[in-house]
Amino acid sequence: MRNLLALTRNETLKVLRKRRFFVVILILLILIPTFVYGQYTTEQRLLAKVGTTDWRAQLQQQITDQEHRMQSPALPDEQKKIMQLQVEQQKYYLDRNINPKATGATTFTRFFMQYGVSLFLPLLVIVIATDIVSSEHSEGTIKLLLTRPVKRWKILLSKYLTLLIYTTLTVMITMVACYAISGLFFGFQGWDAPMFTGFQISGGTFDASQVKVLPHWQLLLMNYGLGWISTIVVATLSFMVSVLVRGTAAGMGVMLAVLIGGNILVQLAADFPIAKYIFTSHLRLTDYVNGTPLPIPDVTLPFSLCILGLWLVGGLIVSFITFTRRDVLA
Amino acid sequence: MNSRTEVFLLTRTSPAVALSVQGLQKTIGKRTIIRNVSFDVHQGEVFGFLGPNGAGKTTTIRMIVGLIAPTAGRICIGGHDVRSEFIEAMRNVGCIVENPELYKYMTGWQNLEHFAAMLGDVTDERIQEVVQLVKMDARIHDKVKTYSLGMRQRLGIAQALLGRPKLLILDEPTNGLDPAGIRELREFIRKLAAEEGLAVFVSSHMLAEVQMMCDRVAILSGGEIVKVTSVEEIVANGVNRVEWNVEPVETARRVLAEALGADNVQQIAATKLIASLTQTETASLNEKLIGAGVSIYSVTVQNQLEELFLEITGGESIA
Repeated sequence: MRNLLALTRNETLKVLRKRRFFVVILILLILIPTFVYGQYTTEQRLLAKVGTTDWRAQLQQQITDQEHRMQSPALPDEQKKIMQLQVEQQKYYLDRNINPKATGATTFTRFFMQYGVSLFLPLLVIVIATDIVSSEHSEGTIKLLLTRPVKRWKILLSKYLTLLIYTTLTVMITMVACYAISGLFFGFQGWDAPMFTGFQISGGTFDASQVKVLPHWQLLLMNYGLGWISTIVVATLSFMVSVLVRGTAAGMGVMLAVLIGGNILVQLAADFPIAKYIFTSHLRLTDYVNGTPLPIPDVTLPFSLCILGLWLVGGLIVSFITFTRRDVLA
Repeated sequence: MNSRTEVFLLTRTSPAVALSVQGLQKTIGKRTIIRNVSFDVHQGEVFGFLGPNGAGKTTTIRMIVGLIAPTAGRICIGGHDVRSEFIEAMRNVGCIVENPELYKYMTGWQNLEHFAAMLGDVTDERIQEVVQLVKMDARIHDKVKTYSLGMRQRLGIAQALLGRPKLLILDEPTNGLDPAGIRELREFIRKLAAEEGLAVFVSSHMLAEVQMMCDRVAILSGGEIVKVTSVEEIVANGVNRVEWNVEPVETARRVLAEALGADNVQQIAATKLIASLTQTETASLNEKLIGAGVSIYSVTVQNQLEELFLEITGGESIA
């Protein structure tokens, strides 16, 4: 146990000294202010256009716009269903006189995870994950690492624990940075605003029977919790690629192709039966609590968690078996 | 005689075996790259592992340190089987496989700390000690990427010595070193073997280097051990190039040609003849020359180990 602690300390120090994690933080610190500023100007423009600061008028306008768009015969049924649900939700909020988009750091922080969970956060995580094993091969240090009196599985476990630490840190830093930076523009209010969660489509119609009222901070934490699960799965699969591939660049290429390909698959062929069992289709776990259904039909949160869990376990099994048995030839 | 004295006598006659390789074989796909390789390395000796490039030296070393699983055979380090008692076996080894590849983005000291943590029981004092041993004190807190190859080599050795191993494995340690560095390394290795009783296993493709550094040598060619022998023996049986400075040169040439064949004897200057022959032949030929009334001004012997090496390894190139 003490041994594993020392090994994990070694690995975390290597990631830090390699400055990979600084790159991740730097990307966050450049992109978040950009998004915040973008959001801010959009709101200002909307204000100028609608000519009112009254959110009720804005929301009513949005509902009317969406209902118009739903009339279009060119719209696919799946998308129509999603829009229908959104409209019903907006009406639900409007009827109860609650602003669903109350501007504030809390809303921005939640939106950032909601939109970032399928591609942006996974990209940040693979920067560290694809490097963590493959770089030892490409730099030749694997020969020193594996000729110490330590079992190979322990070395790999220490690397995996290190990855879990940095993945968790990335999610946490994203949340803190979003809140701090967006708060400067939108104000830090909104923690305890009431939010609804639990909207569903059952039998093709809007179902509000499971709807619960939550303070916004609770919904925010649920979003980040589910987002964390998704990023851990991506991190684990990148870790597997890192074990299988000898170069960091090759590993990143593979993971980029998988993630972007998976995103395209969901958009193009969501009702393709195999899509249901591919991990990239289930990365948007946050959709379950935010009331936007996943693009694939007939899935529930437990089903998504099961699929992601299977991919995670599979990735770990492949990683550990390959790493402990492989001949280190070059 | 009771069994206690018997053991005592045994250990006295043959020093403890630090590394024992028995019937080692490695097959990748259908190709057998290592075939029935066996040898022992004793405590306190410098053992050379000699062979041309591609003979299987590095593959054998990788099997010894557990990087590659052998197809057949057994490797014991300090009496522990590398396959079944990996941790105990690796406690006794320090090694550099191929180049000393350390973490370039860390300082020398941080690298040593990293590997010390993996051993578990290495104190800061011990790290300081090995740093001084390889004379790296001045630059140890600089990043490894700023080091010269010689310094990386020394840091690699420092890393290998951290856990006070019984066996030190160095794969082509003089690659890329300048003559002064090679000489320093040679003296350092001899010192480790003599003073600390370490067994040092050095691979090389250069015979002259092995000759200067090692006590015994195993010659590997095409994945098989051709010969395990002491260095003196190689030198004694080796073919030398001998240069005679003699007069009259015609008589001398006739005497030499009679004994060695006309093709072997060449005249390279007015009074100089050269021929290839063994050390023992040299002595008897000198007697014959004197007997024939030839005055010998000088006899110069140059080792022709490379030729012997080529002969043993079947003419493979020694790049």
